[in-house]
Amino acid sequence: MSDTILDIRNFSMIFGGLHAVNCVNIHIDKCEIVALIGPNGAGKTTLFNCITGLYTPTEGDITVYNSNKKTVRINGLNPNKITELGLARTFQNIRLFNSMTALENVMIGCHTRLKAGILGAILRDGKTRAEEQGVIDTSMGILKKLKLERYANETASNLPYGPQRLLEIARAMATEPQLLLLDEPAAGMNLAETKRLDYIISKIRDEEQITILLIEHDMNLVMSIAERIYVLDYGELIAEGTPAEIKANPAVIKAYLGE
Amino acid sequence: MEYFLQLVLAGLTKGSIYALIALGYTMVYGVFKLINFAHGEIYMIGAFTALIVGGALQITTDLAPSMIFLISLVAAIFFSAAHGATMERIAYRPLRQAPRLTALISAIGMSLILQNYVRLAQTSDFLPFHSMIPDIPWLTPGVSPITTTQLTIVVTTVVVMISLTLFIKFTKMGKAMRAAAQDRIMAQLVGIDMNRVATYTFVIGSVTAAIGGVLIANHMGQINFYIGFLAGIKAFVAAVLGGIGSIPGAVLGSFVLGMAESFGAGYISSAYEDAFAFIILIIVLIFKPSGLLGRNEVEKV
Repeated sequence: MSDTILDIRNFSMIFGGLHAVNCVNIHIDKCEIVALIGPNGAGKTTLFNCITGLYTPTEGDITVYNSNKKTVRINGLNPNKITELGLARTFQNIRLFNSMTALENVMIGCHTRLKAGILGAILRDGKTRAEEQGVIDTSMGILKKLKLERYANETASNLPYGPQRLLEIARAMATEPQLLLLDEPAAGMNLAETKRLDYIISKIRDEEQITILLIEHDMNLVMSIAERIYVLDYGELIAEGTPAEIKANPAVIKAYLGE
Repeated sequence: MEYFLQLVLAGLTKGSIYALIALGYTMVYGVFKLINFAHGEIYMIGAFTALIVGGALQITTDLAPSMIFLISLVAAIFFSAAHGATMERIAYRPLRQAPRLTALISAIGMSLILQNYVRLAQTSDFLPFHSMIPDIPWLTPGVSPITTTQLTIVVTTVVVMISLTLFIKFTKMGKAMRAAAQDRIMAQLVGIDMNRVATYTFVIGSVTAAIGGVLIANHMGQINFYIGFLAGIKAFVAAVLGGIGSIPGAVLGSFVLGMAESFGAGYISSAYEDAFAFIILIIVLIFKPSGLLGRNEVEKV
């Protein structure tokens, strides 16, 4: 397990009397595509919210292994600090900065890495301008990878639904993550769009070496791209394994179909 | 006709001052959905700093009045900005996750603390403030309708507005502020440090308020610890009138308010000058609850 990138141990999240997630262990290795599935209310999004710092876990440890082998326990860190450690996410419902253009949305993602301060912005010296141009180029590059370049100067809220979802992924990629957390990326997409998403997710992993953890209800997509699958039900981890193992697992079938 | 022109100029001057203060309200509200009731106090502290620094320089040095004005303005800006940043740090940052009402009460408390601290440190009497803005020769009082101070106020406001617009539009921090105003959680998730955004928002609001405070003190000729209250309320009304959270809205609202007060006082009755602000507010809110340029917020369920 030398190349583990995210390790979640004995993790529980309790809201009042509700055990949203109960004593879960999950680990993700570098360059894997891992899926997290389970019926509605199983605690999948809660787990994402804890990993990205929106909630502080009630119990357990979430540890990130950085690219330079530094180990950081991220429980309770501010979301922006976690982003700096190389984690990025998208949401189930689209949360773009609606009044900005697609390009600006991606440029905001590059924010963490910009060095120039106020003084630079006022003086507009060579370094600042070069840096800004760099950000624009990087952002355009990301848009091109996701075939969104023709929407670059459109206001985000005017984009069609499919491209809006992809733009969320583009913005997350702009933070240069090692691990990308996708919360139901295919929700509401049609068959063709889902096919393209399948291709794009694999491409992001293969070309950018970005590890992917996704929550998804579209089983065709999950079975075709995930290498490992975790199944949550009522906050408990009920199964873990390859797509073939999960398909044959009686506990999973029971959770989804009932007895 | 000349009377009319005078009223227009008086309205513009008032509107400029309101705009300088209203910016702070609207920016803080836009990013944090918090009404910073202590904002008027920052403006008052700006005026006091200029009075003290300007007075000390007038006695101890023989600098030109315009130099003294500039130095006291810069001192006021720094002192007010420090107050704004500190206020955010101690009164609002610990309450960022708290319900909005809690932060509002904290704001009112902050306002009372700052007022009384100036009252104790200085005095509760009105202090004369000798205008430090030297008269420009071609603007002879009585001949030209506009005074140098009025001209300075209007020009300064325009310059501040333009710089702020450019800042919000083009700088990294400006983009971060816009992103945070739209979706604070998402902004953090793309790596924006909300604490830095908070500090910048409060500092910028305090800087413009301090400029407003110094200018109005030069214009009115007297200040006391309580001037921040009414000015703060009026600027708040202006921000709501224009649509709170919107920067162009705050500017528009301020000028509408300034004009309404000026014309109301000039043509109807000066006894009700302060009432016109609120009459206009009520009329606008009846027909457009989100303010002149405010967007209707659609609650998602």
